Amino acid sequence: MSKDTETKPKTQWGRIASDGFWNNNVVFAQSLALCPLLAVTGTATNGLGMGLATTVVMIASGLLVALIRGQVTPEVRIPIFILVIAVLVTLVDLGMNAWLHDLHKVLGLFIPLIVTNCAILGRAESFASRNPVLPSAFDGLMMGVGFTFALVMLGGLREIIGSGTLFANASLLLGEGMSFLEVTIIPEYRGFLLAILPPGGFIALGFMLAAKRLIDARIAEVKRRSAESGTEALA
Amino acid sequence: MSHAAEPSYRQRIGYQAGLLGGSTLLAAALLVMGDMATRDTIELRRAEDLKASLSQVIPPAIHDNDLLAQPLTLENADGEPVTVYRALDGVQVKAVAYRIIGIGYAGEIESIMAVDAKGRILGVRVLSHAETPGLGDKIEVAKDDWILAFNGLSLGDPPAERWAVKKDGGDFDQFSGATITPRGVVGSIRRGLEFFESHREALTSPAQITKADPDAPVRSQP
Repeated sequence: MSKDTETKPKTQWGRIASDGFWNNNVVFAQSLALCPLLAVTGTATNGLGMGLATTVVMIASGLLVALIRGQVTPEVRIPIFILVIAVLVTLVDLGMNAWLHDLHKVLGLFIPLIVTNCAILGRAESFASRNPVLPSAFDGLMMGVGFTFALVMLGGLREIIGSGTLFANASLLLGEGMSFLEVTIIPEYRGFLLAILPPGGFIALGFMLAAKRLIDARIAEVKRRSAESGTEALA
Repeated sequence: MSHAAEPSYRQRIGYQAGLLGGSTLLAAALLVMGDMATRDTIELRRAEDLKASLSQVIPPAIHDNDLLAQPLTLENADGEPVTVYRALDGVQVKAVAYRIIGIGYAGEIESIMAVDAKGRILGVRVLSHAETPGLGDKIEVAKDDWILAFNGLSLGDPPAERWAVKKDGGDFDQFSGATITPRGVVGSIRRGLEFFESHREALTSPAQITKADPDAPVRSQP
């Protein structure tokens, strides 16, 4: 877990983005937030909805924590950060219940789980409490996007294997205009129950972690090769 | 943040207590504002949901009232209050609908059932459950038409002792691989019918309509 983000005078926007999305991805690299992850990723749509809600909370919590970091002393920072996150999650919960009611019926049970999402407190503690407002909000955005990416990938994988569809009920989340996303991949499919049940979530997550390791190893290999050939050419 | 530059007053216990208390107060204020901004809309959505599920079990043609208007509250066999929604034609009770709870494989199964004035089931729909997807969720009308088999039945038809799944010697199909779920649903429907039987008088007597303000929106007490 490479969570030491050094504070340099110049903000490395590219580094924040690549850290959030891939190198230090909440799920694939930090292995955090597995409770909401495994609970909601039965379908890609649920994953997307949960990811978006979490992203909103992460941006807002990064922003608020960075705003108040000057006033908050280290001794009481943890309860205050938790308070900030809990208030944000409750407001998101109320707002979704009022204005995105159909989605709330699906995700409502899991929204309070965002509070227990240790990734949010982790980012507040390790990034937002040491950085200015804009980079903190951007870090929240990229961490949220990375988390959403992981949720949608896992949800899509489990949905295709488990029920043979992809983005079922996406129009509930994104409006009727996005109903073209709803695809039946395998018609007349009887379904594979294991993929939808929680054990299937663990199994699919295992395969995805392995895939990330493979891709990272391949990238490192390519980099090493090009560095070697570079030195050889010099010699 | 650099700890060296921290002013000394921040180290005092008073500052920290005040900080924590102030933040909590601010958080509470925000939550109150959020609640006030969304409460009416959420209440409206809930009423819409309830209306939608009621209209699934009570055909709109048989009544001319607002189903959510003037519900009755009666006690069931366990002494718990049950809210009963009445479908009225004039003052004549055509049907009543209420929630029933059964215990399934993974917790409570909440359904709504409608019974006509003669005690026959008009319809049952499962509102929420946590049963196994692919096995127990055939109780949903969207997945299977099992739940429609109850339409038209009553406490005497089939006889009370046959109100059970086939495995328990009753009349109703269980699903392959899932017995506990349909057992819970059948049990809750039977108890729902018994509830109707024991309150038949109160449920079917002509409604006392209070014509205070027919246009007033229906809200449950906050």
